[in-house]
Amino acid sequence: VCACVRESVCERERESVCECVREGVLFLSQSPEAACLSAEDISPSSNGPRDDDPDDLFAEATEEVSLDSPERQPILSDGPSPAITPVTPVMISPRVDDEDEEENRDTFDIQISVSDPEKVGDGMNAYMVYKVTTKTSLSIFSRDEVCVKRRFSDFLGLYSKLASKYMHMGYIVPPAPEKSIVGMTKVKVGKEDLSSVEFVEKRRSALERYLLRTVKHPALLKDPDVLQFLESSELPRAVSTQALSGAGILRMVNKAADAVNKMTIKMNESDAWFEEKQQQFENLDVQLRKLHASVESLVCHRKELSVNTASFAKSAAMLGNSEDHTALSRALSQLAEVEEKIDQLHQDQSYADFYLISELLGDYVRLITAVKGVFDQRMKAWAKWQDAQVMLQRKREAEAKLQYANKPDKLQQATDEIREWEGKVQQGERDFEQISKNIRREVGRFEKDRVKDFRVVIIKYLESLVHTQQQLIKYWEAFLPEAKAIA
Amino acid sequence: MMQEGLDDGPDFLSEEDRGPRAVNVDLQTDATLQVDISDALSERDKVKFTVHTKSTLPNFKQNEFSVVRQHEEFIWLHDSFVENEEYAGYIIPPAPPRPDFDASREKLQKLGEGEGSMTKEEFTKMKQELEAEYLAIFKKTVAMHEVFLCRVAAHPVLRKDLNFHVFLEYNQDLSVRGKNKKEKLEDFFKNVVKSADGVLVAGVKDVDDFFEHEKTFLLEYHNRVKEASAKSDRKIRSHKNAADDINRIASTLYTLGTQDSTDLCKFFLKVSELFEKTRKIEARVAADEDLKLADLLKYYLRESQAAKDLLYRRGRALVDYENANKALDKARAKNKDVLQAETTQQVCCQKFEKISESAKQELIDFKTRRVAAFRKNLVELAELELKHAKGNLQLLQSCLGVLKGDT
Repeated sequence: VCACVRESVCERERESVCECVREGVLFLSQSPEAACLSAEDISPSSNGPRDDDPDDLFAEATEEVSLDSPERQPILSDGPSPAITPVTPVMISPRVDDEDEEENRDTFDIQISVSDPEKVGDGMNAYMVYKVTTKTSLSIFSRDEVCVKRRFSDFLGLYSKLASKYMHMGYIVPPAPEKSIVGMTKVKVGKEDLSSVEFVEKRRSALERYLLRTVKHPALLKDPDVLQFLESSELPRAVSTQALSGAGILRMVNKAADAVNKMTIKMNESDAWFEEKQQQFENLDVQLRKLHASVESLVCHRKELSVNTASFAKSAAMLGNSEDHTALSRALSQLAEVEEKIDQLHQDQSYADFYLISELLGDYVRLITAVKGVFDQRMKAWAKWQDAQVMLQRKREAEAKLQYANKPDKLQQATDEIREWEGKVQQGERDFEQISKNIRREVGRFEKDRVKDFRVVIIKYLESLVHTQQQLIKYWEAFLPEAKAIA
Repeated sequence: MMQEGLDDGPDFLSEEDRGPRAVNVDLQTDATLQVDISDALSERDKVKFTVHTKSTLPNFKQNEFSVVRQHEEFIWLHDSFVENEEYAGYIIPPAPPRPDFDASREKLQKLGEGEGSMTKEEFTKMKQELEAEYLAIFKKTVAMHEVFLCRVAAHPVLRKDLNFHVFLEYNQDLSVRGKNKKEKLEDFFKNVVKSADGVLVAGVKDVDDFFEHEKTFLLEYHNRVKEASAKSDRKIRSHKNAADDINRIASTLYTLGTQDSTDLCKFFLKVSELFEKTRKIEARVAADEDLKLADLLKYYLRESQAAKDLLYRRGRALVDYENANKALDKARAKNKDVLQAETTQQVCCQKFEKISESAKQELIDFKTRRVAAFRKNLVELAELELKHAKGNLQLLQSCLGVLKGDT
């Protein structure tokens, strides 16, 4: 019986380990056929007017994220989604090492794949549509297997909704992939060349990782927006303000938070844990970016090496042709063949460099920005609490003044206001403590996932390097007798 | 010496045994005259080679002696061979290329300027690498100058050349200055004329099948070697670039390892250590490919050019001979200056036949040398590639074992 999912769902039941979870790593669902394209930076593209869909329960939630107005908060936190109440997660990540499969299976059952990119429309209005398939046995889903069609802006829309709902509570919301004007334009214009194929594959893979990370988060998995995204066949088009890229939103969040911090907040950090963690994430950010840059450079140089090796192979073959000593001529032709095979090896290796390491690092650089954003949210919460205390103090002073002035109606108002602000101070304190608690938990979960992700990926990468060396040995061992045969 | 050992595992990076250093040419060392470069000193803008000779020949005052020579003096010797009519029928061993440390020096300078922007470890590492690179270029130029001398010493006729003996023995400066601008310009024009002439001469079909075949063969071969040499250089450069990237990755992983608060710290440190070692191996692979393949191709580019030059000289002599024949016929017809024409014709005939005879043997020897050198180098290349790949594999597998065991 297949260990991965309940029998009724799994099609390949009789195997001892189901194919569908053998690909344990989060990030690879199919062999990468693409290579590197550096992510261009974004600017929002217009997605046309918003359809006023009456069934869209979250219409209000899709307003532009305005970070300075405290009024926004009540709308969202009291909203219809039940998932906002913090839930102690039972969760273990769905990603599986072959050995650990057995223990993890019963608690987390969801697989998501993004596939079959299809171009819809023509010219500059064209866009790619991806098939999102969800297979699960979890009860919150209405069916065991769902397929929907989504476009890139839908993913961005999902992210911005989730960010606006959860970030201020201290949840680390995984960011959506970056927009790319250059990449998309090529696709739209209809260039069927290798680079646009690679671009689409890169994006498809990134979207898949994004969704998997999102549902890995216990609170987000239950979020109605997420469920709707995965299940409903029609999705209201994301508004132009929604079409800001994930990175754009994060930047907005962080910039606003920074501005606030610099202006007024000198937070008395009573908890050394937060200070320490912030510093650690700061350092991690710097190093990961550096590493990412080096790996991207390696990817390019390896591709270059592959091209140059192929070119050398051709010239060696030509040299072999013109050599008039028969045995040497044959050996040179063999050398050319070896070099040709090696060039293919280099190319494959560069794909591994990219898809395993480079993309992982890119994802984590963006994730850490989200983590830093969450710490800033906590500071904001603290500031809000402090402000409320200041306000309360002022109201009390005002009331005291009115006591002497003997204006009974204004006095009543003042007393009411005091009560109001007392409530706000209490709420502020509660919110601050809640977000602090959430962040501790989120960071713990994040770090655990980070350890697992890096371990798995690096091991897989080293295995790819092992494979390359083994092939090299094979090729040179075959060549050596040819070289020795030159007489 | 570029000795680098590894803490664990066999010594993958030990220097090759230095045997006879003439890697590109398979030469017999002959007791009557042995020449080598026993020492070399790199000064600011020149290299001083110590040429060491051991000989039982009577022409030398001593049996063993050394002199100091600079690159220009090697060039002078080479050019004296080329300009000597007596040697027209031989393949003149190609002159060694000028020692070129410019690129390396520039990199060292840039490193010095960028010292502030990197950590102390990074700086020391890069400095060590650039120094190793400098050393490698240095060793190469020494080897190339040595090969030139060995080829001359091995040649039955050239080894007796007086200039060669002076070069080996005269322990004062030969006062050979490099060519000045005017002379370089003259050389340039001479080459232009020569190549135009060469085209004309090459157009003359040769009666002798052997030479006709050699002509066609050498022309094509020379071009193909040129192409292969350029491509192999580019490939090796890419390889070095990739190794540099792995170096940076290893450093960053190390920093990550020291900073990380989770279990990943040990992981990162182990992987960083691994990449440090594999990078060294990758750099060695590139260096060995350079030595065994790229240098081989470069050398035979120069040699095939020297062989082409021989064919040109023979072709020139043939044309002269044919022209002398025609002039003789004309003189006989007019019955004017017949004796003079006869003498000229005889001189041309002798010259042509002399060149043809030695040229044939030279070209046969060239082929033998070429095949032997390619065989030696290709075998050594394959053996080194295997050694390094196995080394890499072992490092990777042992690291993987440790990392997987940790989980």
